[in-house]
Amino acid sequence: MTFQDVYAKLDARRTIVNRLMLGLLGLASLVAILPLVFVLYYVVHRGIQGLNLSFFTQLPKPVGETGGGLGNAVLGTLVLVGLGSAVGVPIGIASGVFLSEFKRSRFAPWLRSAVELLAGVPSIILGIFAYAVLVVPLHGFSAAAGALALAIILIPTVAKTTEEVLKLVPDHIREAGLGLGLPRWKVILRIVVYGSRSGILTGVMLGVARISGESAPLLFTALNSQYWPRGLLAPISSLPVQIYTYAISPFDDWTQLAWTGSMVLVLFVLVANLLMRAILGGKKA
Amino acid sequence: MSTASPITSPSPSRRPSTRPINPGDRLFRRVLMGLSGVVVAVLALIAIYLAKLSWPAIHEFGLGFFWTTDWDPVKEHFGAGAFIFGTLVSSFFALALAVPLSIAVGLFLTELAPPRAAAVVGFMVEMLAAIPSVVYGLWGIFFLAPLLRLYVQPFLGRHFGWLFLFQGPPYGIGMLAAGLILAIMVTPTITAICREVFRAVPNTQREAALGLGATKWEMIRLAVVKSSWSGVFGAGILGLGRALGETMAVTMLIGNRNEISTSLFSPGQTMASVIANEYAEAGSNIHVAALAYVGLALFVVSFAVNHLARRIVKRLEMGGTR
Amino acid sequence: MRFVLPLILFALSGSASADVVSINGAGATFPYPLYSKWFSEYRKVDPGVEINYQSIGSGGGVRQLLEKTIDFGASDAPMKDEQLAKAATPIYHFPTVLGAVTLAFNLPGFTGELKLTPELVADLFLGKIYYWNDAKIAAVNPGVALPDVPVMIIHRSDGSGTTAVFTDYLSKVSPEWKTKVGSGTAVKWPIGIGGKGNEGVTGFLKNSPGAIGFVELLYAETNHLQVASLKNAAGNFVRPSVAAVTEAAAGALKDIPKDFRVSITNSSGKSAYPIASFTYLLLYKKSAPAKSAKLKAFLGWALGDGQKLAESLFYAPLPAELAARARAQIKEIE
Repeated sequence: MTFQDVYAKLDARRTIVNRLMLGLLGLASLVAILPLVFVLYYVVHRGIQGLNLSFFTQLPKPVGETGGGLGNAVLGTLVLVGLGSAVGVPIGIASGVFLSEFKRSRFAPWLRSAVELLAGVPSIILGIFAYAVLVVPLHGFSAAAGALALAIILIPTVAKTTEEVLKLVPDHIREAGLGLGLPRWKVILRIVVYGSRSGILTGVMLGVARISGESAPLLFTALNSQYWPRGLLAPISSLPVQIYTYAISPFDDWTQLAWTGSMVLVLFVLVANLLMRAILGGKKA
Repeated sequence: MSTASPITSPSPSRRPSTRPINPGDRLFRRVLMGLSGVVVAVLALIAIYLAKLSWPAIHEFGLGFFWTTDWDPVKEHFGAGAFIFGTLVSSFFALALAVPLSIAVGLFLTELAPPRAAAVVGFMVEMLAAIPSVVYGLWGIFFLAPLLRLYVQPFLGRHFGWLFLFQGPPYGIGMLAAGLILAIMVTPTITAICREVFRAVPNTQREAALGLGATKWEMIRLAVVKSSWSGVFGAGILGLGRALGETMAVTMLIGNRNEISTSLFSPGQTMASVIANEYAEAGSNIHVAALAYVGLALFVVSFAVNHLARRIVKRLEMGGTR
Repeated sequence: MRFVLPLILFALSGSASADVVSINGAGATFPYPLYSKWFSEYRKVDPGVEINYQSIGSGGGVRQLLEKTIDFGASDAPMKDEQLAKAATPIYHFPTVLGAVTLAFNLPGFTGELKLTPELVADLFLGKIYYWNDAKIAAVNPGVALPDVPVMIIHRSDGSGTTAVFTDYLSKVSPEWKTKVGSGTAVKWPIGIGGKGNEGVTGFLKNSPGAIGFVELLYAETNHLQVASLKNAAGNFVRPSVAAVTEAAAGALKDIPKDFRVSITNSSGKSAYPIASFTYLLLYKKSAPAKSAKLKAFLGWALGDGQKLAESLFYAPLPAELAARARAQIKEIE
């Protein structure tokens, strides 16, 4: 056998290995997105059967009565997410701005660690926290306690994206503003933050999408309710908790509501993500 | 942020020293500090409250809490060993599946796929992270668990039953189901970091490998993967941080059984799932304190894991951008 | 955000102006279907009250009542003395209906009757029987074809009155159970998979061939689960039914103490189903006047007209004499 033959054989082997491995990489990517396809297909397939107007306008019915909807849970989720955002968004944006614009402050490293560590705290622990600080002292499960837990989840997400987005603003823009004699706060608010508003909004929306699907921290804070929301200090229903309750229930009507609720939730989250991607993509282009 | 250094004097470009400090600036800074101070305060409060709530259990059970497995509400004996075991097994099982997969997807996206396909596939993988946990749980109960019970587990049991991992009756619900769901849920996190890491590999390195006559796969293996190991490791740790604290989907699928078993077929319980199951419902004070103690441990562990991951990934970012 | 905020304001203001008393309760999952029916029916009687009830488990009902995070609790197991001692003001037990805990199972293709003895039930839940065609089960069921399928035990994962009733029964009939496991709203199960709530257990039962677990009668009936006949104290095999539960209560009527805290498992009646129990609403003697007036009115209705709804949901109404005694206790609430 000549050297050429050996090389040719080796080369053939290398080509085969190359093809095989590259194929494997492609296959792996296919495997990775398969669950998404399955979940979406299943959720829509099962969920759409229960989708009608009364899903959004009616209260759940007791066992044994057909019909009913999850109107209170849809509204409750809006209330909880709205309240959580009202608290969490300003704090998150302020932290992000601070991290980006005052990074030489002695406080900045503390804040940065706090934001990163808070992002890693399991959401169920925030439930324990909100239960201890709001539910027990105020003697009642409440929308406020649930919203507090959601706000704490929202803060790091918003803070991190805000910081990332503001870091993209080139320094010469800040210098130009300062050079015009504007005070620094005006430069930051009017030029840096305002100019990055779509990026910040993206961060906010992604955070909102995330907390709208959270159920663990609501289990023992907002609890649940079979009625329409009754104010901040009363238990409140939410889609994720209602889905959980109905998912493990043995009644077909309730399971159906869980699927439809899941579909509504998933579509909301996906649309929010797609929308934000479109905004960002449009900006880059 | 990687350029932040302990220089205390303000850089001239940021704050010209000739400029007097504007009162508006001072107020603005104070407001920002006040608002972001809340973040630090909340984190501290969480730690304080957890410690306070779990104090009776710490006092009663000490550190032995973590390696005893007796969780008996009747006799009021509590040990979290089984949940720690369940958390570790489900998380590492998930990582064992998700890390190789994520590396492959990351390589596919950075090295192989045409830009348009990469955008679509990348987006779909990211969307896996957007689906709420409870929806994964619902899907798991009605789709994944029956699939495992009817096909996967009997198959594994028949052909690999000699291995301790695949023994026992096929329930569907259990460690296997929980681990699979977790793998799906952490894949986007790990993939995202892997992508960053592979992207940070300088193109000259790739060209050098190709120039030496390497095939594409050899180039990927030698030029890309080899220099990225520590980044991939960081990505894995970050995924671990997510898996440890994941609650709802796991609670719905793991079978909620306070016992250590070596088989992936058997049900288990994680630290997060036991809190979700029992916190609102625990009867006695010591039971509640024991659950808070589990929460405290989970808090500390996720703290440590995330911190570690950040450090690895950050060091890499610094190396990559310079 | 722009859409959300007005919506929230609308939701909050709209509800605050309405003149409705809102009462929150939580606890037992065992009577949850009946309670949700009751509270929804009662709105037709008195539109001025909204009673929100969440089935978080009896253990939770008791604890949350003691933490005063809810206005009333519900439990299948009567509160223990030491729990009552923790309460700031006295707590009253109101029995509402009776229920049965059934042993439900899932054996596809199995028809006919599965008979179980107390010893078999204890052995199953102690993890001593692995396959359905075990000789011990076959001995009690002569001539019945039992499949070669592994037994999968389903129990509750949350603190629950159903668990308390079931383990109370097992502790009465099995000394081994009593020493190894004991009874309570949450116990250390020797084997099995945990489902959250009667709902969760039923869900597992429906989806898992070979499974056996304990659920409340309604859950077994409405989900068409297969249920086992159980040998009672008199030695007869009894299928769980509303009548068999009433029999269990009738047998125990003279032994019911003034505060209604009593266990009626393993009742001596000839055709009594042995795993039966009262379920209770737990109320503080003192609470906010507006709420307690509404709650008292509701209790009067539930212990009167409300009883008629019980049977359609497979709960046994209280014996008339007992309902009268419970109604008399309403006066004690301030």
